[in-house]
Amino acid sequence: MLNNCDPSRFLASKLENVPPSGIRRFFDLVSDIDDVVSLGVGEPDFHTPWHIREACIHAIEEGETSYTSNFGLKELREEISNLYLLRHSTHYNPENEVLITTGVSEALDIAIRTIVNPGDEIIIVEPSYVAYTPSVIFSGGTPVPVKTHVENNFKLVPEDLRSAISDKTKAIILNYPNNPTGAAMGKKELELIADIVEENDLLVISDEIYECLTYNKKHTCFATLEGMKERTILLNGFSKAYSMTGFRVAYALAPPELINAMMLIHQYTMLCAPTIAQIGAIEALKYGNSSMDKMVREYDRRRRLIVNGFNDIGLSCFEPEGAFYAFPSVRSTGLTSEHFAEKLLNEQKVATVPGDVFGESGEGFLRCSYAASTENIKIALERIEQFISDLE
Amino acid sequence: MDNVDKNILEILEQDARTKPDEIAKLTGISGEEIQEKIKRFEQAGIIRKYKTIVDWDVAGEDYVYAIIELKVTLQRRQGYQVIAERLYKFDEVRSVRLISGDHDISLTVRGKSMKQVAFFVAEKIATLENIQSTSTHFVLKTYKEDGVILSETEQVKRLPITP
Repeated sequence: MLNNCDPSRFLASKLENVPPSGIRRFFDLVSDIDDVVSLGVGEPDFHTPWHIREACIHAIEEGETSYTSNFGLKELREEISNLYLLRHSTHYNPENEVLITTGVSEALDIAIRTIVNPGDEIIIVEPSYVAYTPSVIFSGGTPVPVKTHVENNFKLVPEDLRSAISDKTKAIILNYPNNPTGAAMGKKELELIADIVEENDLLVISDEIYECLTYNKKHTCFATLEGMKERTILLNGFSKAYSMTGFRVAYALAPPELINAMMLIHQYTMLCAPTIAQIGAIEALKYGNSSMDKMVREYDRRRRLIVNGFNDIGLSCFEPEGAFYAFPSVRSTGLTSEHFAEKLLNEQKVATVPGDVFGESGEGFLRCSYAASTENIKIALERIEQFISDLE
Repeated sequence: MDNVDKNILEILEQDARTKPDEIAKLTGISGEEIQEKIKRFEQAGIIRKYKTIVDWDVAGEDYVYAIIELKVTLQRRQGYQVIAERLYKFDEVRSVRLISGDHDISLTVRGKSMKQVAFFVAEKIATLENIQSTSTHFVLKTYKEDGVILSETEQVKRLPITP
């Protein structure tokens, strides 16, 4: 007779291949401790600029609370199209090459579901954002990791990419500027990757959510490289540049054939991105640039503080060129990432995220977000210094 | 103005007590260079003064602020500058601005009591030759001063760890 008490018998077997997020475990650990200084947060510490919030409040007052077109508000798609024309001299037709989504998370999910057949291999550059591998597994594809290394400042090396490609490879997910390493890739370096993509007839899903947070370097949009527009699904959004994480609004840009296919899934699963968030996004694109520039300068100052701070206390840290993460090495202490992070949390109350959460090649590193006040970064550095001297 | 200069000014605008060595860490140039730059900002009048924003309400100090709008008559060889000079030399006058609209000049005046401010305006300001009329507005509460919100500030409610 069947054991009718255990609901887990209803679960789909593909979920077995998805381990619970290592971030989740750390979150539970942190929640039990008071007075934690957290460098573990993957979102800006700035408020959403008031004019954006105010535009949303006004929209609610005006009753703009119904569904929008499945594609998203036309005005928003037009603003995004203009943005890419101005910033990257590339044209996406707002009618059929722009899709507004509920965060890059949704855009990523539907992009993968749109292209993956069972058994297709998707290359994921590690250390990587935690959602890529599970999203590929959910859609029945096979994730194939390619490691990057601190010796190359965590940039993707062409030979490493080449050796990961098989005849089953369908696509590669790129994320520069990168979460968790803060690495960014320049135009010349990306062109070498583009050559391989073309040679092997691959598609690229380029998650450029941290585009606006680059320092001393101009961001290269992957789709603007020669021959790449037709084989790129570009993902971007408002969370990081305009401090709008909770609004859940982002977009995908791609050729009409791909956008239409993504739209097919989007219309039945999401219908449309939150209307109020879309209105906030229009406001951000129209009037948000000066507050964004100010945030970027502030991040840049903290970046210097934290990177120099880590190097000064003996945790060697390469210079990140984008996002808001520093990725110092803890190898000199002889501890694993996880052990270091857990001990640091318990002994000195500083929360970080162990690098192995982002893939095997993140082992030996910590992800430390500098989306924290200068004051808190200083306190965290002092505590980490104390922690290391206690180790010795 | 380059990016480094802008950074230095933004840091000092946020906290005038930030030391040159610390600004150096945040901007990536040496402490000596920062000191030199700050000196130049001071000499050029880009940095006017270092001051503290005090919430006198919290300190429990009794005081009165008033905004006084003035209409003035300009005279031959006497522009607004001359009038402004006469006004800003009073200690009671905290700010002097030339404004557009119904009035010409706006002052903020600080005193110990409404009576004192009223007398000051009646005796010292309204009696000046060029002043046609005055209109006094007493300030009941200040919510924001020089970019600083004087009531409770909002906290960012973030989870301690997110992907």
